[in-house]
Amino acid sequence: MDWVFRNSGLVLELTGQHIVFSLVPVLIGLVLAVPLGWLANRTALGRSLTLNVAGFLYTLPSLALFVFLPPIIGTRILDPLNVIVALSVYVLALLVRTVADALDAVPETVVNSATAMGFRPGWRFLTVELPMAVPVILAGLRVAAVSSISLVTVGSVIGFGGLGKMFTEGFQREIPQQTISGIVLVLLLAVVVDGLLLLAGRTLTPWDRSARSRRTAGRAV
Amino acid sequence: MIEFRGVTKRFPDGTVAVHELDLVAEQGRITVFVGPSGCGKTTSVRMINRMIEPTSGELRVDGRDVLAGDPADLRRGIGYVIQQAGLFPHRTIVDNIATVPVLLGRGRREGRSRAMELMETVGLDPSMARRYPNQLSGGQQQRVGVARALAADPPVLLMDEPFSAVDPVVRENLQDELLRLQSELGKTIVFVTHDIDEAIKLGDKVAVFRVGGTLAQYDEPGVLLSRPVDEFVDTFVGRDRGYRGLGFLSSDTIPIGELPTVGLGDPVPEQGWHAVLDGERRPLGWIDGGHRPGGATVSEGDVVPGGSLYPVGSGSLRGALDAALSSPSGRGVAVDADGRVAGSISADDVLTALPDARRHDPAA
Repeated sequence: MDWVFRNSGLVLELTGQHIVFSLVPVLIGLVLAVPLGWLANRTALGRSLTLNVAGFLYTLPSLALFVFLPPIIGTRILDPLNVIVALSVYVLALLVRTVADALDAVPETVVNSATAMGFRPGWRFLTVELPMAVPVILAGLRVAAVSSISLVTVGSVIGFGGLGKMFTEGFQREIPQQTISGIVLVLLLAVVVDGLLLLAGRTLTPWDRSARSRRTAGRAV
Repeated sequence: MIEFRGVTKRFPDGTVAVHELDLVAEQGRITVFVGPSGCGKTTSVRMINRMIEPTSGELRVDGRDVLAGDPADLRRGIGYVIQQAGLFPHRTIVDNIATVPVLLGRGRREGRSRAMELMETVGLDPSMARRYPNQLSGGQQQRVGVARALAADPPVLLMDEPFSAVDPVVRENLQDELLRLQSELGKTIVFVTHDIDEAIKLGDKVAVFRVGGTLAQYDEPGVLLSRPVDEFVDTFVGRDRGYRGLGFLSSDTIPIGELPTVGLGDPVPEQGWHAVLDGERRPLGWIDGGHRPGGATVSEGDVVPGGSLYPVGSGSLRGALDAALSSPSGRGVAVDADGRVAGSISADDVLTALPDARRHDPAA
């Protein structure tokens, strides 16, 4: 703990970096996953194509992606953009399936009744299907955010910033306090982000909470 | 008015769901589409708001070709109630009901105030406005579904098996409520069901479909019961159609006979069934003169529960016959509009009145 206070400037800088490196990709991945998930849900072919590509991307080792990405997207090897792009790909790969499944789980009677009320398809997607998919998407988003926070640390092995730098440096300079502080801070960041997402989800979906409490009440009886 | 002219629906796999349908659902009336599953009744109703596009033929709503123009605009002018209500779980009751007014650009505030009005119309407590659909019972959800369909005051209402997922008691409640609403609103309603009893209860006219999407018979419910066109309709209409048909015949010609009565506290009559009345001359039940388990005077414990009551002047032959058959004495108790005893009727009276009632019935 002492170590953190003595080096608060560095810790703050690395934490800030870590947040940007991990959460900007979550945002990008989510924004891209929604239309792709919608597309995947339209036709059987679209679904198998999108989900297979996503599955493949997710199996790529992260370190390899950090290394091989620069020649593909034309960046320098230590450009932070590499981390952002690579992690966006991971988040996207993870969330496409979640979004597709979440949209698929919206009951057909609800979609049909929206159509019969006179919703046009785009408006129906934005105001009925997507909001109803939020609880499932949010669960996926929490997983994506936490794994993104942990994956950023891998980048520090090849010299990117973020809290991972505290493991590598602490290790090299034999300062165990620094390594441990790094680990604790990453964990703390993950817990805080996860909690914030959970809270955001609850605020966004009051209707789902009422459904949950009813289900729980039903079980208690 | 909704007109089908030679409407056919053939699905891409070749199945013909509806074949050359010719039918007119009259203005301000309830038309029921009924038939076994696979008879094309749901497909037919969904073609009216273009949830399904007809393959050929002509379909007009109030004179306008449904295939001309934008389907979303068409649908905003046609109320739609679906099985299990199909409410939006993520929206409050009031916002669910306000859906179509808001879609029509009338603004959220106006939509909500209209929704509050409608909650009252369909018999929902306004305190439910801020709840979500999953906090309501099935019957309440269905009322919300009806209110939502009525929100933009469309002239036409389509109801696709709306009450099939609720229990029988609630269903009967909702049916009565629909009839009450309809008597106030006078919408052109097309109602789909697989339940012939529901069809006969609700329909001003009933269209019986057979598998393969052809119309077997299209008539008033009384005619359907008294004169089914063929064996299919006969079987579909069901076993007791003779008895149920009595429900559509007026009982005005039945003579009201004498009814021996006693009051509570009177001496128990020597013999024969007597109706027991309260101080207001309302029937409490019956007492059999031969038996006096409770002593010499009529006490509440001696009263044998009576059968159904027959309201003079507003009843059907079915109600009259049931009153006679369900009474322990064999004589049905006839009551006036205030529930006071007016006399009695027997099953024989009902049967005697039957030929006359048939002659006077315009449908038969």
